[in-house]
Amino acid sequence: MLKVIGKRIALLIPTLVGLSILLFLWVRSLPGGPATALLGDKATPDAVARINEAYGFNKPLIEQYFTYIGKMLSGDFGTSLQTNRPVLEEFATRFPATLELTVVALIFAIGIGIPLGYWAATHVNKWQDNFSVFLSLFGVVIPVFFLAFILKWIFAIKIPLFPTDGRQNPRIDATHVTDFYVLDGILTAEWDAAWDAIMHLILPGIALGTIPLAIIVRITRASVLEVQNADFVRTAKAKGLTPGLIRNRFVLRNAMLPVSTTIGLQTGLLISGAVLTETVFAFNGIGRFLRDAIFNLDYPVLQGFIIFIAILYSMINLLVDISYGFIDPRVRVQ
Amino acid sequence: MSLKFSKGALSSAAMLAVGALVLSGCVQSQRDNTSSSSGSADSSVNSTFVFAASSDPKSLDPAYASDGESFRISRQIFEGLVGVKQGSADPEPLLAESWTASEDGMTYDFKLKTGVKFQDGTEFNAEAVCFNFDRWYNFKGLQQAESVGYYYASLFKGYADKPANAVYKSCEATSDSEAKVTLAKPFAGFIAALSLPAFAMQSPKALEEFKADEVTGTAESPVLSEYAKGHPVGTGPFKFDSWSPGQEINLSANPDYWGEKGQIEKIIFRVIDEPTARRQALEAGTIDGYDLVSPSDTQSLKDAGFNIVAREPFTILYLGINQTVKELKDLKVRQAIAYAIDKDALIKQTLPEGTKKAIEFIPEVVNGYTEDVEKYDYDPEKAKQLLAEAGYPDGFTVKFNYPTGVSRPYMPTPEQVFTNISAQLEEVGIKVSAQPNKWSPDYLDRIQSSEDHGIHLLGWTGDYNDTDNFVGVFFGREKPEFGFKDADLFEKLDEAREEPKLEAQTPLYEAINKQVSELVPAVPLAHPAPSLAFAERVESYPSSPVNDESFNLIKLTK
Repeated sequence: MLKVIGKRIALLIPTLVGLSILLFLWVRSLPGGPATALLGDKATPDAVARINEAYGFNKPLIEQYFTYIGKMLSGDFGTSLQTNRPVLEEFATRFPATLELTVVALIFAIGIGIPLGYWAATHVNKWQDNFSVFLSLFGVVIPVFFLAFILKWIFAIKIPLFPTDGRQNPRIDATHVTDFYVLDGILTAEWDAAWDAIMHLILPGIALGTIPLAIIVRITRASVLEVQNADFVRTAKAKGLTPGLIRNRFVLRNAMLPVSTTIGLQTGLLISGAVLTETVFAFNGIGRFLRDAIFNLDYPVLQGFIIFIAILYSMINLLVDISYGFIDPRVRVQ
Repeated sequence: MSLKFSKGALSSAAMLAVGALVLSGCVQSQRDNTSSSSGSADSSVNSTFVFAASSDPKSLDPAYASDGESFRISRQIFEGLVGVKQGSADPEPLLAESWTASEDGMTYDFKLKTGVKFQDGTEFNAEAVCFNFDRWYNFKGLQQAESVGYYYASLFKGYADKPANAVYKSCEATSDSEAKVTLAKPFAGFIAALSLPAFAMQSPKALEEFKADEVTGTAESPVLSEYAKGHPVGTGPFKFDSWSPGQEINLSANPDYWGEKGQIEKIIFRVIDEPTARRQALEAGTIDGYDLVSPSDTQSLKDAGFNIVAREPFTILYLGINQTVKELKDLKVRQAIAYAIDKDALIKQTLPEGTKKAIEFIPEVVNGYTEDVEKYDYDPEKAKQLLAEAGYPDGFTVKFNYPTGVSRPYMPTPEQVFTNISAQLEEVGIKVSAQPNKWSPDYLDRIQSSEDHGIHLLGWTGDYNDTDNFVGVFFGREKPEFGFKDADLFEKLDEAREEPKLEAQTPLYEAINKQVSELVPAVPLAHPAPSLAFAERVESYPSSPVNDESFNLIKLTK
């Protein structure tokens, strides 16, 4: 198993180097060069020259690349053009919010998706199945921002069950230790703050989790259907094992391989879905920050974000591979 | 390890969403309980006030700021020598008790309030005053960039290392409570300018301790000092607590404030950038108020029991005309455009309640306002006739630039204004080609730094009561925005600006306003009134035409 992990981490290095080269070239290929991206296309030659000097854009490409890599390795991703703060600091303060939201979306998607998919597969072609298929279809076609608007309109404004926006009611005097608000509430035993943070996560979590939910339902259903008809399940039935044992040890366990892959892929996608959800709910995570960065062509932020996502994706993939090892012992041997 | 699913787990998972819905009933009551704060000033009201800001402040050091959100926060933390008479745009003493100006307008003796302390416990005195003036004057490098020290750069013109055009010369603490400021050039707007938050008094100790003068980065992307990011110290009714960028800024009441402390113990400025989200947050009760209410929301909010406060308009919305475009260079064409616009209809259909029609580029309360200007009352027939005389009997096509994705105090809904005016111009035969641009980063750049535009929408909110702050800003020098060069007008504006006596200034500005109305470099449209919306518990809000609004004067009922 350790070997598998080591190999995966080793593979990450060439991926990141390749990506860093692409990003480096991207910024240099912006129309008019990076100075114009900073200043707009009406920049005076003087100002362009000043920027080129200040950022070293007038040095040889290779030298620029190594300076850029060197800075990145030391954690210097530049300064956001929108906020004038270090990119890394901006991510660090906003990432806990997005991670919290992602976790809630995943709990929602997995917690409902797997049981619903299983339920559909065990009632194939009956109303339960049709219902699940319809629900998952609905989940896939409805745009995230539209769903977010609708959820907010119904459950925060018309029926005020949930808060409309933000991460926490500003009137609650909460202590922040980790910037994960729910965790902070628990650590400091400020239960009302923790509860309030949870309530702020539910609507955006549902909006964000709907697409992964729909996909998990479909994959689980298909996978369970396939495994149900496998020879070893028939054998198990013939041996007279109890249905519960068959379900848990044979069907679900084997059906989970493709599902866990899907969950891994969807987790990465959640971050991009967060751009819309966080905007609708005025949620201060990296999603909303990224939206502003795109609008303002804040390229240090975009650059940092892409690298960050690449690392995150690789980590998630690694976790998926490790989970394979637990679900299917054959993987451990390979 | 194996995965196990019991029937119970399955069903409970399926009930997750339903359960959450049911449980959520509790949070409302919990929210209400926690919000009753331990206010010491007035225990009968909830002393935490939450206001929605549309963005983060650019800087907590007001000397480095020029945007409304920074100034809104500055006005709670800081005070200047000069303040603004409540509800008006006129200057009045604040940290200075009084002042006397020399006959030639070159020296000002300020008598200071005594017993005032900065929030860090240090004393406010004449030395602190001179420290601040000298600090601005000694700005170096990046501090001099317009993107950093905008107001000092544009009003005081020069620095210690470039004294040629400088307006400021020196400051002397003649006693503990008396400061003498000497100017290098007369500047009639000096006192009024000091009412800007950019010239607020800051604690010398804190400025030094948190290295307020260390600005790094580039002019286009300056990295502000530690002080400007998190340690502002002034003499105002509230002191700074914390700032979570993108989220909120917290202030609390200054226990040693010399003036009226008011009911509010804690202010939270929440950053909500979407206008719809701000309205919804007010409706949901998570905020107590927000600024720049969309005109289409005012009535429905009023009907729902919210308090709408309209500021006395201190704004101007105009239709700019770029004379580098061939057709627009012709005065008759510009006059035709002015006659073609039905301002009353425009105001009624697109601008907020309380908006006043504009006949010139300054609001009525500003020095030099006169009725005696060319008014161009709506007259489409005359417009057609002028166009024919100019050689365009069938009209012509012109680019019409307007911003998108923005709401300004003088123009809450640019798209609507554009549509309205376009239709009016087409009535007289002027066809427009729509040129929408995103406000940030494209629109201002295109209008103010390039020739690539035709007619366009823009406006201004006055910073303080001074004519130069309007007319001088627009027409005081050659600008790509309007594309004309009129040495005579530029000279007259310079002359009026430097006239030290207000009474002597008045006729000069009246003449200028008359001249501008004859030249039609732009068409003044309206003085829109920006509105704020508040929760029911906000009984009164100290609205100010120049946004000089201190939250200690807010009256709450519960």
